[in-house]
Amino acid sequence: MVDQVETLYLIASFLFILGLRGLTAAHTARRGLILAELGMVFAIWGTVIHPDIMAHLETASFFQTYKWILLTFFIGSAIGIAISALIPMTRMPERIALSHAFGGLAAALVGVSEYYREQVIAGHMDHTTMAAIGFEVLFGGLTFTGSLMAFGKLSGLIPGRNITWPLQNQSNILMFGGTFVLLVLVTIDPSNQVLFYAMAAMPLLLGILFVAPIGGADMPVVITLLNSYAGLAASATGFALDNNVLIIAGAIDGASGFILSVVMSKAMNRSFRNVLFGAFGKVDEEDAAMAVAGGERVQEASVGDAAMLLSGAGSVIVCPGYGMAVAQAQHVVGELAEILEANGTQVRYAIHPVAGRMPGHMNVLLAEAKIPYTSLMELEEINEDFKNTDVALVVGANDVVNPAAKHNPASSIYGMPVLNADLARSCIVLKRSMRPGFAGIENELFFAPNTVLTFGDAKDTLTKVVEALS
Amino acid sequence: MLEIFLGLYIFMLAAFVGYGVIKGVPALLHTPLMAFTNAISGISLVGSLVAAGAHYNNVSTVLGAIAVLCATINVVGGFWITDRMLRMFKKQEPKADAAGDA
Repeated sequence: MVDQVETLYLIASFLFILGLRGLTAAHTARRGLILAELGMVFAIWGTVIHPDIMAHLETASFFQTYKWILLTFFIGSAIGIAISALIPMTRMPERIALSHAFGGLAAALVGVSEYYREQVIAGHMDHTTMAAIGFEVLFGGLTFTGSLMAFGKLSGLIPGRNITWPLQNQSNILMFGGTFVLLVLVTIDPSNQVLFYAMAAMPLLLGILFVAPIGGADMPVVITLLNSYAGLAASATGFALDNNVLIIAGAIDGASGFILSVVMSKAMNRSFRNVLFGAFGKVDEEDAAMAVAGGERVQEASVGDAAMLLSGAGSVIVCPGYGMAVAQAQHVVGELAEILEANGTQVRYAIHPVAGRMPGHMNVLLAEAKIPYTSLMELEEINEDFKNTDVALVVGANDVVNPAAKHNPASSIYGMPVLNADLARSCIVLKRSMRPGFAGIENELFFAPNTVLTFGDAKDTLTKVVEALS
Repeated sequence: MLEIFLGLYIFMLAAFVGYGVIKGVPALLHTPLMAFTNAISGISLVGSLVAAGAHYNNVSTVLGAIAVLCATINVVGGFWITDRMLRMFKKQEPKADAAGDA
């Protein structure tokens, strides 16, 4: 039986990696997904014939043995499908944050269950298993509450702004250190149940405290980091249960989250250390004051002016940001592009890595609006082309198009790679109001002589532009 | 002692393979990638299934059953939503049609 289980797990691991490879290109991605789904079927198959379950099957009926598995599996599938089929694409970051919470909770619960079985009931647990369960519960709990906080912030249930309190970083790091000490102590003496449950409870608190100070614009880093933690929790589960497919899948997930958080922090010009210690998302009031000398005026453009500029352009680059997601403006962006392209205008899209609230957020939204992915350009691909472009159309983006990042060392986003929207012959910025962006700083782009601003909800404005042009 | 080292070797190699493969995923597909790896890490389902099905004791069974619920939401939901996203990614065709109409 063990041979069969391991063979099935081996096939599952192979299919997971092969499936992941499919994701390296858009046209092979769906095939990769099918391979991974197949891998999951093998992994589940290998598990329902696990020796411990089989041992129970010999003493009880099929229904008795599998009742909990079947019940929760069907309810879970129904919930999973309902959420995934109904949630709008604009809310994808919330969906991902929530799923990390579920993943973390599952890992933590398996850890506690395993501790209960081996230590509390059977009365013995070796040190290595204890350490593995410790890490499992630590990462699982941290991911669970941290992701719930991220979900709360993204969905607006909790204020998206940074919540701060005195000695925040010091107390957080102290508590993290304390949890780690508990982990070491409980590994030395697994029989101390009080220590174990204290160690299991601490990460739940830490998850909340770590994510509370982080503002909405930094969510891409938080989500990717939690993704990585969820993977590490799964991997630790594998160590606790001597289950290789779990170790492998968890390691892959951990690596993926790690890569993405490095990409995100680079795109925000933050060091990885800065990210790990949660000391990010702070707004420096002085920077805000220094970024732009006061008294400058912006040029406002009516919908008609904007439509005129666009209709006269030979080439347009759209720079989408989180505002496009909030306004649900992706479909009308697509309609506008269709009209412009019918006129012979070249329309492309410049996607900044941290535009939106998670990696790839803008790509998914624009793909939903039936925009071919071949016109979605990454920052490095398109940034040199702005200077030969007639119009840069900024839809709900702010910090990612702020030229201060290029030449104003006093700015808090100085050094962050930004889209060269300021270099286009003219620039139209669609904006709800003159409120500064999430980094809390004024955007020099808005005051540039070749920039015009059209105020209002991006979707309304673009709908009117489309009407004016058609 | 040997077993834990075997596990660590597997972890290390899998992390490197994961790193190497995922490095090649374009930014275009980063959101589907997150949903995808999320579904795969729902593999902790495997651990919860044993806890829920082996009937070691009531506490383990209940905790395991809740864990199966959470993990299934991730596995099934994660694959479902990845597919929903990937189906939206289209190549140039629609654009060529629009230009042809003009």
